[in-house]
Amino acid sequence: MVLGLLAAAPLVIALAIAGDLDVTTGTVIAGAAPLIYATIGETITEKAGVVNLSLDGSLLLSAMAGFGGAFMSGSVIVGFIAAAAASALVALIIAYASIELRLNQIAVGFVLFLLTTELSALLGGPFVREPGPSVPNLEIPILADIPFLGKALFQHNLSIYGSFLLIAVAYWFFYRTRPGLELQAVGERPESAFARGISVRGARYFYTVLGGALVGIGGAAFSLDQKFGWSEGHVRNFGWIALAIVIFGGWHPFRVALGCYLFGALQVVALKLQPVFPGLSQVLPILPFPTMILTLVVINRPGFRALGDRFASLRKFLASEPPASLGTNFEQG
Amino acid sequence: MLELIDIHKHFGPVRANDGVTMRVEAGTIHGLLGENGAGKSTLMKVLAGFISADSGEILLGGEPLEVSNPKESVTAGIGLLHQDPLLCLPFSVLENFMLGRPESFVLDPDTARTELEDLAARFDFQFLADATARSLTVGERQQLEILRLLSLGVRVLILDEPTTAISATQRALLFATLRKLAEEGMTVIFVSHKLEEIDEICDTATVLRAGQVTGEVVLPVSSSELVSLMFGKAIIPEERTDVDLGEPVVDLRNITAIERLVRLQDVSLTARAGEVIGLAGLAGSGQQTMLKVCAGQRKPDAGTVVVHGEDVTRSSYNHHMGIGVHWLPADRLGEGLVEGLSVTEHFALAGDTPQGFVVDWAGAGEEAATKISHFSVKGTTESTPESLSGGNQQRLLLAMMPDHVELLLMEHPTRGLDIESAEWVWHQILERRNDGTAIVFSSADLDELLRYSDRILVFFAGRVLRELVAADADAEELGYLIGGKERE
Repeated sequence: MVLGLLAAAPLVIALAIAGDLDVTTGTVIAGAAPLIYATIGETITEKAGVVNLSLDGSLLLSAMAGFGGAFMSGSVIVGFIAAAAASALVALIIAYASIELRLNQIAVGFVLFLLTTELSALLGGPFVREPGPSVPNLEIPILADIPFLGKALFQHNLSIYGSFLLIAVAYWFFYRTRPGLELQAVGERPESAFARGISVRGARYFYTVLGGALVGIGGAAFSLDQKFGWSEGHVRNFGWIALAIVIFGGWHPFRVALGCYLFGALQVVALKLQPVFPGLSQVLPILPFPTMILTLVVINRPGFRALGDRFASLRKFLASEPPASLGTNFEQG
Repeated sequence: MLELIDIHKHFGPVRANDGVTMRVEAGTIHGLLGENGAGKSTLMKVLAGFISADSGEILLGGEPLEVSNPKESVTAGIGLLHQDPLLCLPFSVLENFMLGRPESFVLDPDTARTELEDLAARFDFQFLADATARSLTVGERQQLEILRLLSLGVRVLILDEPTTAISATQRALLFATLRKLAEEGMTVIFVSHKLEEIDEICDTATVLRAGQVTGEVVLPVSSSELVSLMFGKAIIPEERTDVDLGEPVVDLRNITAIERLVRLQDVSLTARAGEVIGLAGLAGSGQQTMLKVCAGQRKPDAGTVVVHGEDVTRSSYNHHMGIGVHWLPADRLGEGLVEGLSVTEHFALAGDTPQGFVVDWAGAGEEAATKISHFSVKGTTESTPESLSGGNQQRLLLAMMPDHVELLLMEHPTRGLDIESAEWVWHQILERRNDGTAIVFSSADLDELLRYSDRILVFFAGRVLRELVAADADAEELGYLIGGKERE
C-alpha cells in the first residue's frame, strides 16, 4: 500500500504538472538512459562477484573523456569509444588488484573513485563549457507516429535506443544463455564454477572490464547527450545512485531499469516544481537523491520476497539476492 | 581398474598424503576409511583434479591420468561428490544441472529437463526441476550432483563423507543407488570415518592413518580390526551407566513456535538433573526450534518455559546463561566460535577469568593454555578456530563451557567427528551429567541417540510423534518413527 503510493506519487505529480504526459514520459526515459548503461554495466560486474565502487568517479572520467574525445575529433563515435576505454581501464585495475594482488575490492574501488574524480577535473580543464558535437536525433519512422508511445519511446536518438536494447539483451544473456548462467555461478559460488570447468579468473576479468566499458558509455551518454557538455564535477553523485539502484534492483535487469526510470521521473518532477517553489531552487535539484534511496528502502520490505515464494515466475524478479561471493577474492586451484 | 601409486602431498610441514597406494576394481564399491585428518579428502581431491600431488601416479584402466583441474578429471571419467555438494543455492535444480555441461550458447532447458527427469526416474529420485537448490535437503542436493556427474559420463564416482547430514531414508536410497551403479560397472569410492557404513556398503576398503595406508581389507571384517587399523589401538566404547535423577531442571509446557518452514506445535518436555534426553527427527521437524526455545534464543508463540521453578519464557538469552543454561550449536564456526579470533581471545570473551574494561590478557592466556591442554585441543593459544579440525573445534567449545552448568543443550554434538573424538566428547558430557547437569541434545545419528539418551523424543512435522525409553528401543524402530511411520 505504502509502496504503491510512494512509487506512484511522483508520476501522479508529474502528470498534474506536466499535462502532456507523452512528452514528459519521453523526457524521463531519455534522462534515465545514461544511468541504464551504468547500472546494467555494474550489474554485470557484480554478478561476476566484483564490486566496482569507483562508479561515481568512473562516470565523471568517462563523461569527460567522451566529451573530450568528441570535441577533439569532431566525432561522437570516437567520444563514446574514448569513454568506454577510460572506464574499462579503471575496471581492469580493479579486476587486476582483486584477482592478482588479492586486495580488498572496496578499498581499491574507493581509492579509484577519488583518483578518477580528480583526474576528470585535471584532464577536463580544456573542455569546460566548450560547445561540441552531440548525439543526433533519430526518429524511428512509422513507430514515431504511434500515439503516446511514439513521443515517449521512438523520438529519441541511438544512445537512448541502445539503452532499451541493453536491458533486453542483459536479461536474455543472464537467464537464457550458457555464458550468462556461468557468469552468475562465478559470482554466486566460484568453487562450484571452478569444479565445473569454468575459469573464474577469466570470467571476472572479462565481465569486470565489460561492465566498466558500459559504465563508460553511460558517462558519454551524459556528456554527449543528456547532460550535454563538460564542467568539473559534471555528473557527480549519479554513480552512487547507480550503485544503490543495482543493489535495490536486486541485480535483475528489469528491476534495475525500473529503478533508473523512477529516478528519472523524480528528477523531472524536481525540475517541474522549480517554478512552483522558487524559494526551494537550491534544494529541489538534490531532492531526487534522498527520495530515491528512501523509495528503494521501502520497496525492499520483506513482503516482496514472500510474494516471490508464491509466484514462481516472479521469483527471479523479486528475489533481490546479492551474488553470494560479491566482493570476495577467489583462489583458483 | 583405478590405481593410485605412491601419492605424496605435503602442506608445509604436514604430510597429508605420504606415499599412498590404492587399487580399486571397476564395478566395486571401495571404502576409504580413516579418522578426521587422516588424509582421505586430500587423496580424493588429488584424484579429482582439485589439487595436484607433489609426486605419484594415477592409472585409469592402465592408462596414466594427467589432470590439472576438476573439469579435465570429469572428462577423463572421474567425478567427486563433495560432502556439501557444490551447488549454487539460488539457482534452480535445472540450472544447476545445466551449469558446466557442454550446452550450446543459448541454453536448451527442455532437453536438459528431459535428461534430468529420465535419469532421476532411473534411480527413484524425485525432483522439481524448477525448485531452487536452496529448498533441497542435503540428501537431495547429493542426488542432483550424482545425476549431473553421471550425465557427464563419469565412470568413477567418489563420495566424500556423504552420509553426514542426510536422513536415514535418504541414506538407504543413496546406498541402493551406489549398489546399482556398481552393478552397472561403475567404480565407486566411498570415503567415510564411519565403520558401520564401510561395513554395510563396501566390497573392499583401504584404511588411512596420518597420511599412510595402514591396511587393505576385503569386507566383511570385524570392526575391532578396522578400529585398530584406523587408530593404531583398540577403542572400547564406554559402558552405559545411569545416575539417579534429581529435581526437574527445565520444564517446557505446550510450546508452540511457528517458523517459515517449521511449525512446532504444542510440545512439552521436562528434563531432570542428571537426565539425558535425545531429540530425534528429520531435519526441520521441530527439534532444533525446541532447543532454541529452551536456550532462550527464540521466544515461543505460546507455552511456558520454566527453569528451576522460575518462569523464563520471556527472558533474554543472557538471563538463560546467567541461570546455568548452556547452548552448543551445530554450526560450530558460525554460531559457537568467532573466525579470526585466537583461542586466547575466545577465553577473554567468554572464559571464567573475570574481565573488566581492560582485558586481562595474562589471565585469559593462562586459562586458555590450561583448558586446551586439559581438553587436548590440538592447537595453540594463538590458533584461530577455522584452523582447527571439526573435532578440535568441538573440544574448544567444551573447554569454553562454564564450570557450572544446570542445563546443557546441544545440536548434533558429534556431527563430522571420528569415533575417537566422538567418544571423548561424550565422555566429557557424561561427566557433566554425573554432576547433575540435565542434558538435551538433537542428533541424526541413531546409535548416538540410543546409546546416550535416557529418553528419546521423536519429532515429526513439528510434533512429538512418540517418546521412547532408550534402553527398550532399537535403531530400526527409531528409524521408522523418524520417517513418520510406526513399524508394521
